[in-house]
Amino acid sequence: MTTPPLLDAHLVVDRGDFRLDLAIAVDKGEVVALLGPNGAGKTTALRALAGLRPLSGGHVTLDGRELDRPDRRVWTPTERRPIGVVFQDYLLFPHLSALDNVAFGPRRHGVRRPAARERAAAWLDRVGLAEYTGRKPRHLSGGQAQRVALARALAVDPALLLLDEPLAALDARTRLDTRAELHRHLAEHPGATLLVTHDPLDALVLADRLVIIEHGRVVQEGDAATITARPRTDYVARLVGLNLYRGTAEGHIVRVGDGFALATADRLDGDAFVAFSPSAVALHPERPDGSPRNVWPATITGIQRHGDNLRIQLDGPIGVAADITPAAAAHLRLIPGQPVWVAVKATETRAYPAAG
Amino acid sequence: MTVAKPRRVGGRVPLPLVIPAGLGLLFLVLPLAGLLIRAPWTTLPQRLTEPGVLTALRLSLQTATLATLLCLVLGVPLAWLLARVEFPGRRLVRALVTVPLVLPPVVGGVALLLVFGRRGIVGGWLDSTFGITLPFTTTGVVLAEAFVAMPFLVIAVEGALRGADTRYEEAAATLGAGRWITFTHVTLPLVAPGVAAGAVLCWARALGEFGATITFAGNFPGRTQTMPLAVYLALETDLQSAIVLSLILLAVSVTILASLRDRWITGP
Repeated sequence: MTTPPLLDAHLVVDRGDFRLDLAIAVDKGEVVALLGPNGAGKTTALRALAGLRPLSGGHVTLDGRELDRPDRRVWTPTERRPIGVVFQDYLLFPHLSALDNVAFGPRRHGVRRPAARERAAAWLDRVGLAEYTGRKPRHLSGGQAQRVALARALAVDPALLLLDEPLAALDARTRLDTRAELHRHLAEHPGATLLVTHDPLDALVLADRLVIIEHGRVVQEGDAATITARPRTDYVARLVGLNLYRGTAEGHIVRVGDGFALATADRLDGDAFVAFSPSAVALHPERPDGSPRNVWPATITGIQRHGDNLRIQLDGPIGVAADITPAAAAHLRLIPGQPVWVAVKATETRAYPAAG
Repeated sequence: MTVAKPRRVGGRVPLPLVIPAGLGLLFLVLPLAGLLIRAPWTTLPQRLTEPGVLTALRLSLQTATLATLLCLVLGVPLAWLLARVEFPGRRLVRALVTVPLVLPPVVGGVALLLVFGRRGIVGGWLDSTFGITLPFTTTGVVLAEAFVAMPFLVIAVEGALRGADTRYEEAAATLGAGRWITFTHVTLPLVAPGVAAGAVLCWARALGEFGATITFAGNFPGRTQTMPLAVYLALETDLQSAIVLSLILLAVSVTILASLRDRWITGP
C-alpha cells in the first residue's frame, strides 16, 4: 500500500467561458512545476489552492484534510489553510521591515512577538539576508525581495508551498543566482511544493516533476527527461525545442500529412508522434544524394540567431525549424522565399505512440 | 556667440485659457488680501488677547478635533464597508453618505434638531432615559460639525481603499491573518496617507462649520460659540474685531494644512 500524496486536488473552476479542470497530486518533499502558456489557468489553479478563489467543483485535500469541496459544502478560508505563497511580485508589506514581514506569519499563528522576531531573524539568516533585517522592502533589490518573500512564506511551516512565477520579476543575471539558491531551499522544504511558471528552464531546474497545462487541462506530465524526449503538444515541443508531428505509423513509416511520410528508426503502428531536434535538420541547395531517408523541398520563411547558430524556419509539406552553423549557412543563399532541400536522417528522429 | 534659449515644448499657452485662469486666481486671492489690508495691525496684539477671542478659538479647535475623531471612528469603517464588501444597496448607501455634502448646512441643523432635539426621535429617548440633552451644548457643536464633515472623510478614505492593491490583503490572508487583523495591520497602514488627507479635509470643514452649528447648537459664548459664529456676531457690532477673528481662523487653517501637506498629502 502506498501512502496518499500530501496534496491531492482536483481543481474545477469556471470563469466565464474558461474552465479549469485539473487533477494534481504532490508528495511530501516533492517539487512539482505547473507549466503552461499565458492564460492556461496556472495562476487560477494556484489561487484556488490558496483559497483566494473558491472551486466550482472537485476538491482540495491537504494532509488528509479537506479544505475545499463544494459538493460537501466544505470551505476553509485562506487564513486557516497551512499553505504559504510566494507571489509573483512578492507583495512584501511596504510599511514593514524585512524582519517584520517575515515575523508577520508566525505572529498570526500565535507566536509571541519576541519569539516571532527571533524566528524571522533565523529565516532571514538562512536565505542569506542577516544584515538586511531592518530594511524596508523598497530598499531591497529584486533578488533580496524574492528571498524575503520566500522566507516569509516558509516561516509559517506550510504543509504546501506555492510559488507564482518566483523568478519572473528578476533580471537575467539575478535570476541565475536566485534560481540556484531557490533550488536549495525548495529541496530542504519538508512539505509539498507547487511552482507555477511559464519558463521551462525554471521548471526543469527547480522541479522533480512537471505538469503541463493548456486551456485549463493537463496535456502532459512526467519527469523532465520524459517530457523533453517525448513532447505531446506543439507547446511542449516548442518549450523543449523540438520539431513535433502527429500521424499514423506503419512500421518504420509515419504518415504525418497529405501523402507526406517520415521514415523513422523506431518501429511502431497506429497513432504516433515523431520528434526531432532542429539541429538534426540539414539544408542543401540541391537535392542531396546518399543516406538520409527523409528529403523534401521547402522554402525559407524566417531566419533568426539562435545561440551561435542560425535557426531557419521552413515551409513545405510540413513546417520545420532547422539549426545550422554559420559555416553551413555560407553555402546557402539564406533569404526568405529561397527554395532549399531539407534532409533528416531516420536515425535522428524519435517516434512514440500518441495514445496513453 | 549666442546662447540657445530653452524652447518651450507644446507651443504657446492659449489666451482663452490663460485669461480666465488668471481671473480665477485673482478671485480666490483678492478677498484674502483684502482681509490682510484692512486688518487693524496696530491694535492687533491687544485684540488677540481679549478673553472672548481666545475662548472661541479654543472651543473651535476642540470641537473640530473631536468631530474629526468621531468621523475617523465611524467614517473609516464605513469607507471600508463601501470599498471592500459587496452588499445589496451599496450604491444607495454611497449616495446617502454624500447627502450632507450637497445639503445646505442650515437644513442639516434643522434635521439634527428634529432627531436629536429634546422632542426628537433619538433626543427624547436620550433625555428621558439618561438625562442627556444634545442641542445647545458643546456636544451638539461636535455632532453638527461631524454631520457636515464626515462625507469628506468617507469619500477620501474610500478612494484610498479602492486605489490600494488588494493583493496585499490576500498575502496577509495566506500568512494567517483574518480580516480584522488584515485591516488593522495591512490595509490601514497602506491607506494611511489617504486617511490623513481625509482627516485634514474633515477637520478644515469642521473648523469652518457655521450653519448646522448655529441651528442645532445655538450661539452661546464659551459653550457653543465657535470662531465662525463669533465672526458673524462681531460683524454686526464691531467690524475690526470680525477682521481679527477671521485672520486668526485663516492663519490657523493655513498653518495646519501646510504643515500636514508636506508630511501626508503629497505622495511618498
